[in-house]
Amino acid sequence: MTKEEKYALAVMVIDHALKSGAQEVSVSIDENRSNEIEIRDKKIDKLLESNSLGLTVSLYVDRKYSSHSTNRMKKDELIRFIEEAVTGTRFLAEDQFRKLPEPELYYKGGGTDPGKLDKTLDTIDTRTKIDMATAVHDEAFGKDERIISVSAYYSDNIYNKVLVTSNGFKGDSEGGNVYLSAGVSMKGKTSRPSDSWSETSIFIDKLTKSGIGSKALQRTINKLDPVKIKSGKYPMVVENRVVMNLLSPVYNALSGYSIYQKESFLAGKIDKPVGSKLLTLADDPSIPSSPGSRLFDDEGLAATKRNIFEDGLLRNYYIDTYYGRKLNIKPTSGSASNVIMNLGTRDAAGLVSTLKKGIFVTGFNGGNCNGSTGDFSYGIEGYYVENGKIIHPVNEMNITGNMNQVFFNLVETGNDPRKGRSFMIPSLLFDNIDFSGI
Amino acid sequence: MNYKRREFVKLGGLTLAGTVLLPPFLKSCTGVDVSKGLQGYLNHFEVDPGLLKKIIGEAMGKGADYADLFFEHTIENYSTLEDGKVNQAFSNIGFGIGIRVLKGDQTGYAFSETVTPDAMLKAARTAANIANSSAKTASVNVSEVISPDYYPVKVSWENTSIKDKIPYLQKVNDRIFSLDKRVTKVNATIGDTTTYVMFFSSEGKFATDCRPMAYMYVTSIMEQNGRVENFGVSRSARQGSEFLTDQMVESLAKEAVEKNAILFEAGKPKAGEMEVVMSAGESGILLHEAIGHAFEADFNRKKTSIFSDKMGKKVAENFVTIVDDGTLPSDRGALNIDDEGNPTEKTFLVTNGTLTSYLHDRISADYYKVKPTGNGRRQDFRNIPIPRMRCTRMENGPHKKEEIIASVKNGIYVDNFSNGQVNIGAGDFTFFVKAGYLIENGKLTKPIKDINIIGNGPQALSDIVMAGDDTVLSKSTWYCGKDGQSVPVSMGLPTIKIKKLTVGGTNA
Repeated sequence: MTKEEKYALAVMVIDHALKSGAQEVSVSIDENRSNEIEIRDKKIDKLLESNSLGLTVSLYVDRKYSSHSTNRMKKDELIRFIEEAVTGTRFLAEDQFRKLPEPELYYKGGGTDPGKLDKTLDTIDTRTKIDMATAVHDEAFGKDERIISVSAYYSDNIYNKVLVTSNGFKGDSEGGNVYLSAGVSMKGKTSRPSDSWSETSIFIDKLTKSGIGSKALQRTINKLDPVKIKSGKYPMVVENRVVMNLLSPVYNALSGYSIYQKESFLAGKIDKPVGSKLLTLADDPSIPSSPGSRLFDDEGLAATKRNIFEDGLLRNYYIDTYYGRKLNIKPTSGSASNVIMNLGTRDAAGLVSTLKKGIFVTGFNGGNCNGSTGDFSYGIEGYYVENGKIIHPVNEMNITGNMNQVFFNLVETGNDPRKGRSFMIPSLLFDNIDFSGI
Repeated sequence: MNYKRREFVKLGGLTLAGTVLLPPFLKSCTGVDVSKGLQGYLNHFEVDPGLLKKIIGEAMGKGADYADLFFEHTIENYSTLEDGKVNQAFSNIGFGIGIRVLKGDQTGYAFSETVTPDAMLKAARTAANIANSSAKTASVNVSEVISPDYYPVKVSWENTSIKDKIPYLQKVNDRIFSLDKRVTKVNATIGDTTTYVMFFSSEGKFATDCRPMAYMYVTSIMEQNGRVENFGVSRSARQGSEFLTDQMVESLAKEAVEKNAILFEAGKPKAGEMEVVMSAGESGILLHEAIGHAFEADFNRKKTSIFSDKMGKKVAENFVTIVDDGTLPSDRGALNIDDEGNPTEKTFLVTNGTLTSYLHDRISADYYKVKPTGNGRRQDFRNIPIPRMRCTRMENGPHKKEEIIASVKNGIYVDNFSNGQVNIGAGDFTFFVKAGYLIENGKLTKPIKDINIIGNGPQALSDIVMAGDDTVLSKSTWYCGKDGQSVPVSMGLPTIKIKKLTVGGTNA
């Protein structure tokens, strides 16, 4: 379906919903195309192709709200779908806060295209993709007699979307990405570790294509035969690749939903210290050709750069229109765009070199965080470090603490955020973390 | 693809809202006329056997060994109570066909969201590309798979109005507020799904299924002296709207308040290794994480599972028998047929301490030369089937719950969980304990909360040193994630004691 056809369909749905009794309507139509290829132990394991199209309509009927999605695009079915949805919405309770965003907050056009689509992605033939994955696979396969299995994976994805609202917003966006990864499983004397490495990019010519298989292999070799160490308080370096595991509960706690539902340990803390002075994070939707870049968000709100944390002080939440009205806070946006952190001067290895006796965390295994209180506990794996040197891998350990405290223990930030990610968070060094082991 | 970690989450917390509309929401796509049997499904998906054979012929056109077609129509509704009112409802319609082509253990897959002949034939040609020789299709006899109905529906969700659901959400809200003055908020959701499936393969296997699913989820938020705690509870079953009862509402309300209230007294245990007693029911998460995923035969076929060389070997005490069961009536993990058209069954994974079976899909059953176990499942028509669990549970052991607790000098007792995970190769698994107790000198003492427990699968299985005679199924709303696909599952366990696991906590 072309962009123009999507706009026409969205307008038809809005018109029919208004005729059927809705006072306000929002419609989005999303199209996604993707390809996945997996090579395992010298053979193509999977070739998958996906094309999907979906329509979501949000209805505001007599101050009542509902939202519906379907992949059935036949006009006569959609018309009945809308009519029944409007009828059903009337059974719900009124909610004075359910309205479309204020039109003055919408993106009004004229912005620079975020540059998130590589149009050449559509032209790459399957053979080339298979060859790319095979090259990744061959960097590891057969390179060590302890290898059990090697897999390599290629995927690409292209999407486009239109959003139209009955109070004046009309906008479209498009993007895509390409991804290569390798996974290696090995058999050691006392363990069967596996590890992986991946690279991703919006543009095929900027994708790092070599070194993926060999890195996955080396990471797996490094993890052979781990030893659990004694429980205790240790400093901890968290590798850039997995640092989002610690940031995710913070991001959940920043949402208007969590704050309103009293499931946020950051509620009521605007302009208050929530971490050490090194905690400085901004949300920046305007970085050219970055995965999180955008001109407007899912509601059509104009995208703006905002500081989230400044020198350890909480400055902004992520507030959508509905919870903004309920909390009486001006909406920012309900979702993150690109998140950038102030960088330090060293990479993960540099941070590890400062540890006298500590743990370098390179993987998380399960665990959770209580959103209301900030209490967390996560399984980890990584390396035991003494005098700046990695001594041996560790596994089957937990870290436990409280999110309100742990970012005060942030003592150094790295300079190594990973390429091609919307969350550009470097490796981080924390002091005094509770580890449970033997 | 290196998805070695399998995540497992109980429906919890955030915005999983609930219901929908209408007198039957989507009249334009009302469900299959099940009374017409196979013909009802063929009519609904606008195909006939001749067209199905033609699509299969196209899928096999490049020399494949096998192909199958998976038609699906899913209608999903959920509605949510917030601030004392049922003020939001959501629905989703998913409709399409997935076409899979196998050449040996290699898979080609494509799907179409429209069921016009042209669109389906195009998807078939795409999936066919996994093979690259000349066609060798042979005609086969078509036979319908007849299976028992493990989830008969009294009142279908398509004939249940949102008007009939709202009172249950309102009741649970009012009841929770009436039970404790510290309650400041209640969020509740009722969700239902009806899925129609039609399966046809190059071997002539023809199967259909109508799968209902229901859940109700409630969170209480309580405050005491400025401290906030939340606790979520849920129930789920493969039922129609007979699922909604006052009795269920009462038990959800009581549990949401009583268990939340305990959290105000709860602390953290000392960090380190200790004996762990797992309560009957929800603690089945241990089986799911510690061994269930590692028994899925795709990991064993690829030799990546830590259990891949343990078939027929002793892996646990004699009193340990573990099954994966798709035949429990109206259970969340029940299936009449799996997503490869095979009848479901009760599969014995560990029998009297010995590993007796993996969980198979078609590819792994071929590889191991065994009968499929009915574990080939997929999230929807957009995804390929892979080995997945259904209801994974342990049968009764010889001990009494009281003697199990009494046998522990210093340890913990755990009875509520939110999520778990496993690293397949290494075998390290975890689960997150929402609530439990310390055990001191054989007695439950202080409550504990929000700690992660980590162990190693084979070790933990052999470390089950006591098992109670009180096995029970969890009725909570469990989802299992693997390779980006989420499917409903269930679990069960008697009270058991594990000799040693590593418990998150403090080092003060």
